[in-house]
Amino acid sequence: MPVNQVLSTYSDMAFATSVAIYILAMLLYFGEFAYGRTRAEVRERTAEPAMAGTGGTGSVDAPQQPVVGRIETPSKRPWPERLGGMAVSTTVLGALVHAASLLLRGLAVERVPWGNMYEFGSAICLAAVLAWLVVLLRQSRAVRRDATPAQLRGLGGFVLLPMVLLLFLSGTVLYAEAAPLQPALQSYWIWIHVSAAVVSSGVLLFAGVASLMFVLRVRHENNPLKLARLGGRLPASQVLDRLAYRATVVIMPVWTFAIIAGAIWAEAAWGRFWGWDPKETTALVAWIIYAAYLHARATSGWRGVRAAWINILGLVAMLFNLFFINIVITGLHSYAGL
Amino acid sequence: MRISSITAALAFLRNTWRGLTSMRTALVLLFLLALAALPGALLPQRPLNPANVEKFYDEHPTLAPILDAVDAFNVFGSVWFAAIYVLLFVSLVGCLVPRCLEYLRQLRARPVRTPRNLGRMPHHEQATVDSSVDEVMSATRRRLRGWRTSEHTEADGARSISAERGYAREAGNLVFHFALLGLLIAVAGGELYKYEGQVIVMADGSSFCNSGTYNYDSFRAGLTVDGTELSPFCVRVDDFDVKYLHSGQPSEFRADISYQSGESLETGVWKQHDLEVNNPLRTAGDRVYLTGHGYAPRFTVTFPGGETRTQTVQWQPMNTTTMLSQGATKFDPPGMPDEQRRQQNQIAITGLFAPTAAMDGKVLSSGFPALRDPAVAVDVLKGQLGVSTGRGQSIFSVDQSMVESGKLERVARENLRVGEEIRLDDGTVVRFDGVQRWVNLQVSHNPFQPYVLGCAIAIVVGLGASLSIKRRRVWVRAAPTGPSGSDPTGGAAASPRTLVEVGGLARTDQAGYGEEFTRLSGELLDSVGGSPGSAENHEAVSARGRNS
Ligand code: HEM
Repeated sequence: MPVNQVLSTYSDMAFATSVAIYILAMLLYFGEFAYGRTRAEVRERTAEPAMAGTGGTGSVDAPQQPVVGRIETPSKRPWPERLGGMAVSTTVLGALVHAASLLLRGLAVERVPWGNMYEFGSAICLAAVLAWLVVLLRQSRAVRRDATPAQLRGLGGFVLLPMVLLLFLSGTVLYAEAAPLQPALQSYWIWIHVSAAVVSSGVLLFAGVASLMFVLRVRHENNPLKLARLGGRLPASQVLDRLAYRATVVIMPVWTFAIIAGAIWAEAAWGRFWGWDPKETTALVAWIIYAAYLHARATSGWRGVRAAWINILGLVAMLFNLFFINIVITGLHSYAGL
Repeated sequence: MRISSITAALAFLRNTWRGLTSMRTALVLLFLLALAALPGALLPQRPLNPANVEKFYDEHPTLAPILDAVDAFNVFGSVWFAAIYVLLFVSLVGCLVPRCLEYLRQLRARPVRTPRNLGRMPHHEQATVDSSVDEVMSATRRRLRGWRTSEHTEADGARSISAERGYAREAGNLVFHFALLGLLIAVAGGELYKYEGQVIVMADGSSFCNSGTYNYDSFRAGLTVDGTELSPFCVRVDDFDVKYLHSGQPSEFRADISYQSGESLETGVWKQHDLEVNNPLRTAGDRVYLTGHGYAPRFTVTFPGGETRTQTVQWQPMNTTTMLSQGATKFDPPGMPDEQRRQQNQIAITGLFAPTAAMDGKVLSSGFPALRDPAVAVDVLKGQLGVSTGRGQSIFSVDQSMVESGKLERVARENLRVGEEIRLDDGTVVRFDGVQRWVNLQVSHNPFQPYVLGCAIAIVVGLGASLSIKRRRVWVRAAPTGPSGSDPTGGAAASPRTLVEVGGLARTDQAGYGEEFTRLSGELLDSVGGSPGSAENHEAVSARGRNS
């Protein structure tokens, strides 16, 4: 299995390009975030004064759909909103280049492009960015929106920020030359187990960011003087809470499956389905924390901010597992590492 | 007084039980479990890697004994870890039993009556349509196929249908929790009935039979296993091969093995199998894994009397990247019937083996893991090996106390390539003949493994159902109205008009019922004549707008 150097070089170039594009997208999101709300605030004040406290599910924030019969001049979109639009297109472009980088890496080594830490990091970020784009798409198609696209995009910069950091770390400290896989990794289970783990990590990363923003937003909603600049421009707390919850709920069975697939693979590769290897243990710990999150949502007194903290804790466990356990603690998994 | 104290005790028990089975306790126990598992990932664990625990002891001489005292190096076998999960599972049982009963009750119950005021529901729409109440009702019945429904006629002549759906959510949730319970039981069963043994076999057609624990180099078993009833099978290792990349990274391990089990044990037929890292042999209910490999240098000793002895003994890899190995090959002198004399003239060849010799002055190291230019750097020791002292002997080294006490003496030190030899003062010749590969096999047996897998699948399926299915309710009320409003049956007038109201409520976590409700109520209203463009439809749209 020789490594195709040309493809691998192209892959590296695509990787660097995608990081640059994401940085640009992030700046565009933050641009809209910083300057965008002014018009919305004006409109809010003039058009719909009674927006807070209208009970019901997920319908608290601003008016979303034009009230029938009111004439709106199809004015030119203000520039911050155009920044936001550009941010989304840029993100899509970044994701495409990013996906190409993974694809090229896979072609260069003729195997799955997630066989070491650099590749995991990269693939997880792609999953998270795709999760974000899916959220945007669904929201823009939804019949009953509870946040305008502009409000939702307020989250974009905060989703991309950790992604850019992670990618930077993957591309520098964790970078690994294209190489074939260790014998223990040469199994079709790497497709099943690792892709499930990568997708779940990416989506849970997104969920964790949404929960973190939820905590900040709630602090602002409880006392509008707190975090006035930041909190006031985030989507409403219900929206953030729902995004975090939906993402976690959608991915939890996948994450469970990823762990079980790992156990099935371990049975074939290491001679036992479970051996309390540090990586296995920490994955289980993260899983239990997410189970606790779901429980908390069904326990009175634990919904809302407390549950959100549990979700953030889950993310911490996932990141801890990805970095600390892989790099510092040497278990059976660590050959995938540096 | 007696009675009141009994009542008090019962109340206490009941409260404890309630406390233990409450959601909040489950939550706290889940946290505790996660927290308790963490040291198991962060600290070296004795069952996994005793050497790392030793290292930790050396590095933290004061902290280590304290940690050891609380079982921190054996977290998953500790009492406190067991206490947490046992409590959690007691809580789980206590929680599941009443939930099952409640679920059965719900399955038999009819959907709740339509509330008076549907406008108060989180989801609500209404429209006046050009259809009769009957038409609306039958359209509703059609649309709500697959829902559990019940119909009601109200005092003012209005009729309504209440419907509920998504009962499978709770079923999924119960399946999930029961499967979790089953998984724990199956794992515990496995702990009792499993065994696992390691054995080194030369890759030269040597074989190994699973006929008794004494055939193993190491053997671990559950409480119920006494080693007398191992699954019968034999394995022969015909050949072993490793492929390396230029970097020295192995790219493939493969052992060509043959095996006999069941019938073929009697007929003597050998079946072939390629034993690879991800491809264990599964036979006779056991699994055979390839877990390691190494080299065994072959030495021939020619004694002064002319007798020769040849031995090929596995040496232990010290470094898996270069396969530099160490070991000790031990010889008994021939033709010495006198036990004591024989014991005093034993020979041991001990030192280093390199598959690809890299010399640094006279110091041997290995430059590559494959057999390119094998060499050994050995000490030849003569004297008493102490094999019969009754102390456990490692096959990879000589007993150092014998060397220290002077009973075992070094008589030569030399680097040898294949074919080279050392001549000792007494005329004995030690020759390095060549190298044989060996493999490490692991035999594992766990009769509960299929149950563990079954429970794991049920966990995923149950969780998927529980998290993706929404338990939700919808109510439709049709009330006659319109120009001929005095006629409550709505049948006589030329164009019967009906006020249709739809209300919806998600019974589980709020996310995501709105979409479905909007679609459902829209389709329903359209199908009974709220056709686009009519004035009534306009009304419906604005009602929708207000509620979004
Ligand atoms: C052994 C540890 C346990 C784990 C890993 C666990 C895990 C989970 C998970 C992942 C869910 C989410 C599924 C859903 O929301 O439908 C869930 C839900 C639930 N669990 Fe557990 N659970 C455990 C123990 C318990 C115990 C002891 C109780 C009883 C006190 C309990 C009661 C519930 C209930 C009532 C729900 C439904 C919540 C809802 O409808 O949203 N669980 N559990």
